[in-house]
Amino acid sequence: MEKANQLIDQKIETTCFHCGECCVEQTLHHDGKVFCCNGCQLVYDVLEENDLCDYYEIAPNPGNNQKKSSERKNRFDYLADPEVTSKLLDFQDPEESHVTFYIPLIHCASCIWLLENLHQLDQAITSSRVNFLQKKVQIKFKNKSLDLKGLVTLLAKIGYEPAINLSDVDKRKILSTDRKLIYKLAVAGFCFGNMMFFSLPEYFSEAELLGEGFRKLFNYLNVLLALPVFFYSATDYYRSAWLAIKSKAVNMDVPIALGIITLFSYSMFEIFVSGQEGYLDSMGGLLFFLLLGKLYQKKTYETLSFSRDYTSYFPIAVTKMVRDREEVIPLTKLQVGEIIKVRNEELIPADSVLLEGQARIDYSFVTGEEVPVPKTKGELIFAGGRQKGQPITLVVQKPPSQGYLTDLWNNTAFVKADKETSLASLADQISGKFTFTVLFIAFAALVYWSFQDFSMGIKAFTAVLIITCPCALAMSTPFTLGNTLRIFGQSKFYLKNAHVVEKMAKVDTVVFDKTGTLTAPSQAHITFRGGSLSTETTSILKGMVQHSVHPLSYRINGWLGNIPVAFLEGVEEVPGKGIKAIYKSQLFLLGSASFTGAKIKGDAQIPGNQVFFSVEGILMGYFQIESGLRKGMDQVVCQLINGRQVHLLSGDNDLEREQFEDLLGPEVTLKFNQSPQDKLDYIQRLKAHGGNVLMVGDGLNDAGALKVSQVGIAVTENISHFSPSSDAILDAEKLYQLPQYLRFSQTSRKIIQASFALSFTYNAIGIFFAVQGLVSPVLCAILMPLSSISVVLFTTLGTNYFAYKKGLKEKIC
Amino acid sequence: MEVIFLLIGISLVLAGGFLGLFFKAMKSGQYDDNYTPSIRILFEQKVNKKEKKTNYKKSK
Repeated sequence: MEKANQLIDQKIETTCFHCGECCVEQTLHHDGKVFCCNGCQLVYDVLEENDLCDYYEIAPNPGNNQKKSSERKNRFDYLADPEVTSKLLDFQDPEESHVTFYIPLIHCASCIWLLENLHQLDQAITSSRVNFLQKKVQIKFKNKSLDLKGLVTLLAKIGYEPAINLSDVDKRKILSTDRKLIYKLAVAGFCFGNMMFFSLPEYFSEAELLGEGFRKLFNYLNVLLALPVFFYSATDYYRSAWLAIKSKAVNMDVPIALGIITLFSYSMFEIFVSGQEGYLDSMGGLLFFLLLGKLYQKKTYETLSFSRDYTSYFPIAVTKMVRDREEVIPLTKLQVGEIIKVRNEELIPADSVLLEGQARIDYSFVTGEEVPVPKTKGELIFAGGRQKGQPITLVVQKPPSQGYLTDLWNNTAFVKADKETSLASLADQISGKFTFTVLFIAFAALVYWSFQDFSMGIKAFTAVLIITCPCALAMSTPFTLGNTLRIFGQSKFYLKNAHVVEKMAKVDTVVFDKTGTLTAPSQAHITFRGGSLSTETTSILKGMVQHSVHPLSYRINGWLGNIPVAFLEGVEEVPGKGIKAIYKSQLFLLGSASFTGAKIKGDAQIPGNQVFFSVEGILMGYFQIESGLRKGMDQVVCQLINGRQVHLLSGDNDLEREQFEDLLGPEVTLKFNQSPQDKLDYIQRLKAHGGNVLMVGDGLNDAGALKVSQVGIAVTENISHFSPSSDAILDAEKLYQLPQYLRFSQTSRKIIQASFALSFTYNAIGIFFAVQGLVSPVLCAILMPLSSISVVLFTTLGTNYFAYKKGLKEKIC
Repeated sequence: MEVIFLLIGISLVLAGGFLGLFFKAMKSGQYDDNYTPSIRILFEQKVNKKEKKTNYKKSK
């Protein structure tokens, strides 16, 4: 007990005042406070100097760890380039500039406070506003004494370095579309409410509530209120319907637009010619509910970005070497043949050949495998890798936009893939037929009645069009799919749009990427071979791996668990080789075979990674580290096989083939040694054989395959981190729920079909009376909103109920 | 019953006024971020901070 207390005390003592992390490597005492690194202390100094230490009072240890921050002075030089600045700035005049930065490090109230008090650090900053949810800060500053480079340097100095990447420079996002939708909704809501109010007497038209004068006035007021709805709120639907008709297709918006136009023109006819009341309130209500559904869907997806391409991954600037002098230039200006310098933790921006230095490239971002790959001089290094260790110099072989990986984005297959979507949707198919049927019935009624009484014919014709107005039909799909999207979103599975649900329901082939998707570093399977380890040895090993940032060290550290650490002398990490340590004057080595002097028997390669361990030159044994499957994945594959084909594509060699055959069973097709292009081709072959392919991948190397498949799901450990362009983003923890998601998408398809049946029943009854010319305005006024509301209720309750039953949702409502 | 004409006029003007105000609020960016202001309001004003601090210490 006493010991435990001591430990806690020690922990508090060695917690960094700035970032709150334990001080492992060094403990700096400064100004009566403890800091874990120089970076944290520097930030504190800056804030102290400017009397901004309230920062530390709002939230405890609010800072961000500064250990990994780059100390290079010239890394923001590219921001001096006028071409770059003009693209980054929101607004610029000779006096003042406005800029919005995305700062992923914003995480607490202190962050907001500090970033909104920037003006105390620099007088040139006139104001700064934080948007916490979007992790953005908008800064206004005077041009006279501060430029963009100075501003970014200042932010970096206080530990809030903004994330600036190529896609920021290439295109600025426009927020106004979102606002326009709200305006349209507000107008529709306002007009709908008032029209209902003025139509109230009509609902009780049998009982003469008001005189003739009021009726006329109310009708004209309704017309007045309908104008903004018809000419402003509904414009999106006209545009979409027109685009569909122009490309000779029928989408969901065609019947909606047709319905709106019919409702409006017939109501005009009734009010001004026949002196009746029209259906303008129904039109207002229809649009109000439609727009509400649309907004609701948009809100869920605000923060996600699905159409990322390589520009959002790559850095904005590179260090170019010109006669031994460093020059920081924007990536867009990088030419073939130029020499670039890439430092520790930096991304290689273009396919290039290694000139100098020890390259150890971490391709985790590309393949999902995080153990760095060593490269020797003269070797070609593909763009997208991250250098670990010493700076290296490279000669650029291809422009960044034409690298091996970026080429996948320019593949012509993608252009076709995008067009298919508009026709595939179930609702669009049905509504197309529906529209034609309704038009046919309406014309038939017109012709039939015209022989006897032309005005009766007109009445029947319009009654059919209005009563079958596809409101119910139009609403069932967006509401069901919208609700499905929301349910998926709650369980951390984010779809790009509603079409994806329908495509998911049809999936019959599932393709997995191996590394990083099916397997996860955190699930690594570690065994120590070569005798048992004594308690003393494990504590020595713990001490050694704690000092290393190599991913394999992390894994061994995790495997060793929480054990006491031995005191070691002269711990030293030899990059790319291993760790050296002296304990009781004995030399301990941990690392690669050559480093520890281990000899591997024969030429036989052992699958997985090995870490050897030797004492005084005598090999004690080795750690066998194999990539482990994510939790529950073997069951997932079993469940998926149920009527579907399952394939596994891996970029690795097939040393692990047997292991995976055992794990996943014989039904799974395994393919090894697949390059990104191979993966893309493989999916295309599956598609050519009529398969509806679902691809699950994680890295850039899957980007092509993800895009070319019918449904591409990007698996990511952190939703807000980058993931390749895809149809859906799935939290890695929830991958085991994939079969449930697929089943639920089929359920929601059935719900749509059921709601179609429901609305067809309404319509059939309506048509039955309408073609006989028997429908009175009262019946229309009651039937129309009733059918819409019942369909919306049915779909919402239906999806929620089934989601609850399938365990995707905790509560029904 | 003629008073209804007047009432309708008033109700429309009022409702329209609210719609206009909503538009104005949207335009000023009030609805762009509906989380940060809830934190911002809790920050103390900077003006008399030093004095306050000394007072606080004395009372302690």
